Amino acid sequence: MLELAMGIMLGLLGLGAGCAMIAGIGPGIGEGNAVAKACEAIGRQPECKSDVTSTMIMGCAIAETTGLYGLIVAILLIFVAPGTFTGILMNAIGK
Amino acid sequence: MTDERVPDIKSTRFRLTDYALIAMMILPILACIVLKVLFTPASEGVHIAGALVFAEFEAPLMNAYISESQVNSWAVMISIFGLCLYLTHGLTAKAVCKRQLAAEWIVEKCEKLVRDNMGGFFAEWGPFIAAIMGLSAFSSLICLLGLFSPTGDVNVTFGWAILVFILIMHFKFRGGLWNYFIGLFKPIPVFAPMNLIGEFATPVSMAFRHYGNILSGAVISALIGSALTGLSNSLLGWLPSVLGDMPLLRVGLPAILSIYFDVFSGVMQAFIFAMLTMLNISGAVPWDDWNKKRERRGKEALSAN
Repeated sequence: MLELAMGIMLGLLGLGAGCAMIAGIGPGIGEGNAVAKACEAIGRQPECKSDVTSTMIMGCAIAETTGLYGLIVAILLIFVAPGTFTGILMNAIGK
Repeated sequence: MTDERVPDIKSTRFRLTDYALIAMMILPILACIVLKVLFTPASEGVHIAGALVFAEFEAPLMNAYISESQVNSWAVMISIFGLCLYLTHGLTAKAVCKRQLAAEWIVEKCEKLVRDNMGGFFAEWGPFIAAIMGLSAFSSLICLLGLFSPTGDVNVTFGWAILVFILIMHFKFRGGLWNYFIGLFKPIPVFAPMNLIGEFATPVSMAFRHYGNILSGAVISALIGSALTGLSNSLLGWLPSVLGDMPLLRVGLPAILSIYFDVFSGVMQAFIFAMLTMLNISGAVPWDDWNKKRERRGKEALSAN
């Protein structure tokens, strides 16, 4: 019984970590848009390439934040949550 | 400046000082490597873990640790201090040493960056921004030597972000506490909780952005390393004894990936952290309120006289 409970728990934690990384889609689309517009702007005005590039990199870094939140949740679920949840499970069983 | 004493760069004393400063740059890092080798537990397989804990003390709220990230960041600080002293050693108006050109280039670039992004009021903030950028960049690059990057520990980046948050708050309060409090209820009072969360979201997002980028690079590098080890064990395991045990496929590919994950990402995050620090601090000053306050104070001072 305990093995079954542990298996379900660890499997669901892995699934949760995978679902958390769906957050990676958003920054991908957003950064793609930003870079596309930056390329258009450089094509229109090649003389302000350095300004556009630095602004674009700043914007990409900020757009990346939501994806990184998802990543941190996934890392917590994989490396930190199993220990905590195992402790809770053992307490509930009374071992 | 005619009577300036030009240092004799060939003299023994100058050279000995140079060697001492170079030792000051290298020795802390070597000490970190020795500590890491002494404290790393023997383990098999893929090993993704946080910072090693060197010592633990009893403390009232929770136990205090001396961890690898603290030791490594102090080593990086001492090392950067040695680098600065080395670059400015023998500084003269006529530039007898080549290293003076590098020092001047760094200072000029940094002051230009600060003046362009923060405006004239903050023109003298160059050293602070350069310190943040240098510490962050070198802390991330230290993982090229096999050490744990201090920036891969959320406590370190959170410490920096809290420092920046205190500065932001300091400049926001310049316009008067009451004006700041009113500003939270704009444009309509319903927005007050969101504005309050927005205030605290700045340091949290700065810290998590830097930490997440460095940590994800480290995790992906470790995963690729372990995957290539397994692949070479199964493909090349038939080779004679020593060759079969060595993970031959691990040669090359991780180094190429490390150029992006360690070098590019680390330097880029240092630049972005410094950039966000500059923009947040210079954007926090309430110029209208502050100017009104200063005018009022000036009038009061005049009427008092």
